[in-house]
Amino acid sequence: MALALVLNQRRNDPEVYVLKRLTIALSLSIAGSFAHAHSPDLANWESVEAEARGQTVYFNAWGGAENINAYLEWVGEELRDCCDIKLVHVKLDDTANAVAKVVAERAAGRDEGGSVDLIWINGENFASMKERGLLLEKGWAEKLPNWGYVDVENKPTVLNDFTTPVEGQAAPWGMAKLVFFHDSARLQEDALPSSAEELLEWAQANPGRFSYPSPPDFIGSSFLKQVLIETVGDAAVLQQPADEADFETESAPLFDYLDRLHKVAWREGRAFPQNYPAMKQLLADGELEIIFAFNPSEASNAIANFELPDTVRSFTFEEGTLGNTHFVAIPYNASAKAGALVTANFLMSPEAQLRKQDPEVWGDPTVLGMDKLPEPLQAGFAALDLGIATLAPEELGPVLEEPHPSWMERVEEAWKRRYTVGN
Amino acid sequence: MFRLTFLGPALTVLLLAGPVGFGLAGTVLPAFGISPGFGGGSFGLHYFRELFAQPALFCSMTLSLTSGLASAVLSLLIVMLFTAAFAGTATFRRMQHLLGPLLSLPHAAAALAIAFLIAPSGMIMRLISPELTGWERPPDLLIVHDPLALSMIGALVAKEVPFLLLMTLAALPQAPVERVCQLTGALGYGRVAGFIHGAWPGIYRQIRLPVFAVIAFASSNVEVALILGPTQPQTLAARLVTWMSDPDLSQRYLASAGALLQLGVTGLAFAIWLGLERLCAALRNKAACGGLRMRRDRAVQVVSLTAMILAAGAIFAGLAALAVWSFAGLWQFPDFLPGSFTLRNWMKALPRVVEPLGTTLTIGVASAFIAAILSVLCFVHEDRTGKRAGRGGQALIYLPLIVPQVTFIFGLQFLLVASGWLATLPALLFAHLVFVMPYAYLCLKDPWRSFDRRYEQVAAGLGKSPMTTLFRIRLPMMLRPLLVLFAIGFSVSVGLYLPTVLIGAGRLTTITSEAVALASGGNRRIIGVYAFFQMLLPVAGFAIATLVPALIFRRFRGMQV
Repeated sequence: MALALVLNQRRNDPEVYVLKRLTIALSLSIAGSFAHAHSPDLANWESVEAEARGQTVYFNAWGGAENINAYLEWVGEELRDCCDIKLVHVKLDDTANAVAKVVAERAAGRDEGGSVDLIWINGENFASMKERGLLLEKGWAEKLPNWGYVDVENKPTVLNDFTTPVEGQAAPWGMAKLVFFHDSARLQEDALPSSAEELLEWAQANPGRFSYPSPPDFIGSSFLKQVLIETVGDAAVLQQPADEADFETESAPLFDYLDRLHKVAWREGRAFPQNYPAMKQLLADGELEIIFAFNPSEASNAIANFELPDTVRSFTFEEGTLGNTHFVAIPYNASAKAGALVTANFLMSPEAQLRKQDPEVWGDPTVLGMDKLPEPLQAGFAALDLGIATLAPEELGPVLEEPHPSWMERVEEAWKRRYTVGN
Repeated sequence: MFRLTFLGPALTVLLLAGPVGFGLAGTVLPAFGISPGFGGGSFGLHYFRELFAQPALFCSMTLSLTSGLASAVLSLLIVMLFTAAFAGTATFRRMQHLLGPLLSLPHAAAALAIAFLIAPSGMIMRLISPELTGWERPPDLLIVHDPLALSMIGALVAKEVPFLLLMTLAALPQAPVERVCQLTGALGYGRVAGFIHGAWPGIYRQIRLPVFAVIAFASSNVEVALILGPTQPQTLAARLVTWMSDPDLSQRYLASAGALLQLGVTGLAFAIWLGLERLCAALRNKAACGGLRMRRDRAVQVVSLTAMILAAGAIFAGLAALAVWSFAGLWQFPDFLPGSFTLRNWMKALPRVVEPLGTTLTIGVASAFIAAILSVLCFVHEDRTGKRAGRGGQALIYLPLIVPQVTFIFGLQFLLVASGWLATLPALLFAHLVFVMPYAYLCLKDPWRSFDRRYEQVAAGLGKSPMTTLFRIRLPMMLRPLLVLFAIGFSVSVGLYLPTVLIGAGRLTTITSEAVALASGGNRRIIGVYAFFQMLLPVAGFAIATLVPALIFRRFRGMQV
């Protein structure tokens, strides 16, 4: 009775109630400040998920393609439903902008509460962030629950990005391979070039029907790398930093190639498409005959969206084309580290990867190993209709390794000096 | 309470001069390597040396300068000749109604519309191919992004003509056009020559500041340059924005130095314009004194009307093409219409439109509302003290329109990053308000001053307080101009690109910033959807401004138009 009275009294006592709320609030705020100072504990995934609840994750990702934006929209919905995370896609026209934000924040002393939580990244941007120490500590990606599905054995680029060791500072998201597209209604298959040199000959025979996005667009720069690899004397020098080689000599054949190409390129090289979606539109209009992308399913996806006619087909070069992996990384000063970790883990999940590989959605190849997946999920991947314009994985040809990131920086700089000219 | 009206002018001055002043400081200091809290810079002139070592910088500067001046010359010439030839006629009134909606259309949407029309695979080519040209495929012509910036100048002219015409319209009642034309006509001058000799000088004096605003915008804009401008190299302003977002911090100092250069380029354009003004005045005087009467000026009439119709028609046709694209299935060259229609583009885009649309509406409504309150306070204060803003005050109102946006928005961004306010709703609202305020003020100025003050005297005679008079008589009777102010302020906010991109920092996006971002990808279907909203929002604003007063005043005969 006495006990009941005490209980009763307690429940009705406003002061006790207020105190209780205050204690909860205080302990919450202490926990909150703790979370800021320390990274989430990856050994205890449940605690990461708990911490991630209610967080807003600013995902800085290139936003120039509608299918990818739509996919990220779906990811946002899933994360909201499963994990109570609000995903905001900050649409970039160049990933370098997100790197710039983190650089600026570090310079301004904002080592906590940064504005970027997650970045879609690879190549020189990843190398530059890693080198400057702007990324979350090493090894986090390999501790994510879904890491076990990643095809580490057969996809070496998930561990080595453009010669830079990833060391678990970025979570692999998708595979890329340079693939060319043409409209079979206009261009016969036997006329297709099978190397950069043949492409130039083809362009000379068909003036004004080939171009590439102007660097520093990612796909445009990749085309320059493809030509660089094919024209350089010894491709092994590209695996070392450019400073250690004679850049002028090694890149001379590339610029000689470009000089000749520009003469017969679309608009005589006086203007360039801004990115690969723009090239897609130009192929649809019949302005360009041969275009390329880093996603083998690009054309099938575009056909599904009425952007390209269903006569478009893919091809690659006999000696191989560039291939790499793209990642998501977390800046060291991210505000929602736990949320970003959960997002990165979800992006690597078989479910999200399966949807991503569907050409109706995006068509981006998975980073996961089929033999590592449970039976029903394997079947899901096997059942995917890659689309009429997509080459089967075994038809994609050899993968050429990405040069050291410094080569790209030098080539982009030299390209700008050489071709940004006033008429 | 009523004494607090001084807050109106005070806040307005602060709002207009503050960001421009602080922003410029935030641009000037880093240009010389000084930037508290940012690091990475060292004092000196080396950022300018680096700037001038950039490839083709001179070409970029020349492009900015010439496109700025050419757009201003052409649009002013068209407006002047058209007004001269048609002022007071039914054609004039019709054109005025036709161009009205274009005024509220964002620059980016107009540029997109023009791009869709004139591109080698655009609507004009589709219309004449293959029947007239024999082209089964688009010709390899550099029309959009042409190195001489002609397409960019064309779009700027098409967009500035409605603006200048509206400004001229506001100035017309104060010029004795009819009497002057009767007089010059009696002296044997042709209509156009008589107007230019007699009436135009007075009108031009009143629209001079808007003309400078046109020069400033045309020589430093980013969105039209990105969509239509040259690419090898880009205009100076477009290159500045690229440097500003470079991961290499030192590039920001370069961008700041470049922004100062932009200020110089725009300043040079002003100086050349002042020279042109004198030259034209001298030529006019010579022509007038020499008795050049131009009695047969039919050709001028035809040319000016054609230019007017072209300017308006191009944008309307382009917008129509965009609308068709948003519903298009596969649509290949040279088909004039899509092979199939689909709602898929809309279904796909709509979920992603929601958030930028929300931001656009919030910022637009809030900034228009605040600007309306501030403007009313300014004018109430003016009535109370009987002191009108002088020439300096007038110039101050135009300050954010005359100083190139890039030059002070950069500095503002620096300050906001340092204070942690970047990419917040209040910061974006503030940045928009800087540009909405001038239009709001200018828009209310004439209606407020021409209000029949006897209504207020009657109210005062009946013993009503000034406050009651304001809220019961003045503001309700001024509902129509207030709503127009609101609609214009809202549409200005909807159309702002650079402040949104730099202050919103990609986290807060509006329909316009999204549309320009999408333009680079060339997905015409999705661009069509965004352009539709860019069009719809201002039109909705003006529809409200027209319908609400009509509804409220339906039983007040004296309040109907």
